[in-house]
Amino acid sequence: MSKLTPPLPKFLRPAPPRPSEKEPTPDIGEPNGKPGRADKLRESAGEGGAQVIGWLDERTGTSPFLRGFLFRKVPKGTNWFYSLGSATMFAFVSQAVTGVFLAMYYNPDATRAYESASYITNEVFAGELVRGMHKWGSTVMIVLLFLHMARTFVFGAYKYPRELNWVIGVVLLVLTLAMGLTGYLLPFDQRSYWATIVAVNLNASAPLIGPFLADFLRGGAEFSSVTITRFYALHMLLIPGLIAALIGAHLYLVAKLGTTAPPWLRAEKKELTKEEI
Amino acid sequence: MAENRSDKNRKPRYTADRGMPGAFEGETVTRRGFMTGGALAAGGIASAAFALPALGFALAPMFTDGTVDRWQDVGPESDFNPTAYVPKVINTDPGVGEAGKATIYVRKFDPESDKPSPSDGGSDPIPYVVLSTRCVHLGCPVRYYQAPKRFVCPCHGGIYDFQGKVDGGPPVRPLDRFEARVTNGRVEVGERFSVNSELRRFSPRDPSNHLDGLWQYLYPARPST
Ligand code: FES
Repeated sequence: MSKLTPPLPKFLRPAPPRPSEKEPTPDIGEPNGKPGRADKLRESAGEGGAQVIGWLDERTGTSPFLRGFLFRKVPKGTNWFYSLGSATMFAFVSQAVTGVFLAMYYNPDATRAYESASYITNEVFAGELVRGMHKWGSTVMIVLLFLHMARTFVFGAYKYPRELNWVIGVVLLVLTLAMGLTGYLLPFDQRSYWATIVAVNLNASAPLIGPFLADFLRGGAEFSSVTITRFYALHMLLIPGLIAALIGAHLYLVAKLGTTAPPWLRAEKKELTKEEI
Repeated sequence: MAENRSDKNRKPRYTADRGMPGAFEGETVTRRGFMTGGALAAGGIASAAFALPALGFALAPMFTDGTVDRWQDVGPESDFNPTAYVPKVINTDPGVGEAGKATIYVRKFDPESDKPSPSDGGSDPIPYVVLSTRCVHLGCPVRYYQAPKRFVCPCHGGIYDFQGKVDGGPPVRPLDRFEARVTNGRVEVGERFSVNSELRRFSPRDPSNHLDGLWQYLYPARPST
């Protein structure tokens, strides 16, 4: 009998039993009250969302990771200053998002850049707002970054075993400043043009490597049409990629090593250990 | 005795002698080691195959000569005299629109006051003194004032005299100059070049690059000019 029925496609055939189950659950529940597959489905439809999350979690191991990452122990005395790093990262994320949307209207061509930038400001819906957020957000990010750095320095959080994180942070600082420099040219008005001329010539003033560094930045011996595309590529592809990767490394080390207690608490702790001895 | 000891400390050449499980007779590298090395080498070659051309692509402008031999007309000879500079606009890079325009200052060469000549050898002086307005401190545009016969930079107070030599402030060498010639009674301006404080000619340099004494060796000529 079964040989006469055409073979069903794989997805229509009943699922084979899992190792834990003894026999396949029938589709329809039996009259004696044993639930069938349909009943089980109906039952679980209500908790579908939870099931999706559970499915993902089982396969990615997110929740043990998040438990370790979000609910890690922090030292006594942790205060609002400890949020400066996340604030800087939030500023970076907002720069990245507004930057991506600005790139939809911006045209990095020396003859079109200024017009496209003013088109964003004057014509595009909320363009002024998005461009303004990107422009002022860059300043905010640098201010927050310096505050975060000052907190780390004053609290002595750069000391063993966190030296490497300080070094990564310094690289992030340099990259962020490089973002400021490369982004400054993009509106391509008189101020950006001359500021870039001066900035490139500052690079040229380094002995031996200076002239070559300036050539690299300009893409040639003179400021030309490739300079702006170069700055654009650095500004929206190369440097942000590096920053995102290094933020990842920075956060990994924070999670791995934990944060430092404020210095005034550490003094207290020392006394305690003395008493214990 | 000493020889024996060093022999003992050195790793045996053959994997079989090192007591590795599954070692073959006469084999110096384990198969695992060989596979690891081979996989790393293959990955390295594959990455280099795209990374090196891409790097060359990004760095090429540093090593290619980007100067174009162009002569630009700036007006009839009657426009100029040896006692005052006349501002003119030339186009240094047509590709960047307005930003490619540059102001230059032009006056007639004065054999009395303009010795020594900036041109190499000095036998054939350039008939016109054509100065770039780019300050050699950091590149701001300088402006000429006729009454004191000086060029003044608005950015950090650099001052240059009538020949373009530094008179005060942070600039490190005289203003850059341009090649000039006269064709059919019209003055034409050519390539830019840099000069040191004796007005000796150098290939075009960036602002802030010294060209005097030992300093000049710290700021070498670039392949791109
Ligand atoms: S740029 Fe002219 S003095 Fe600084």
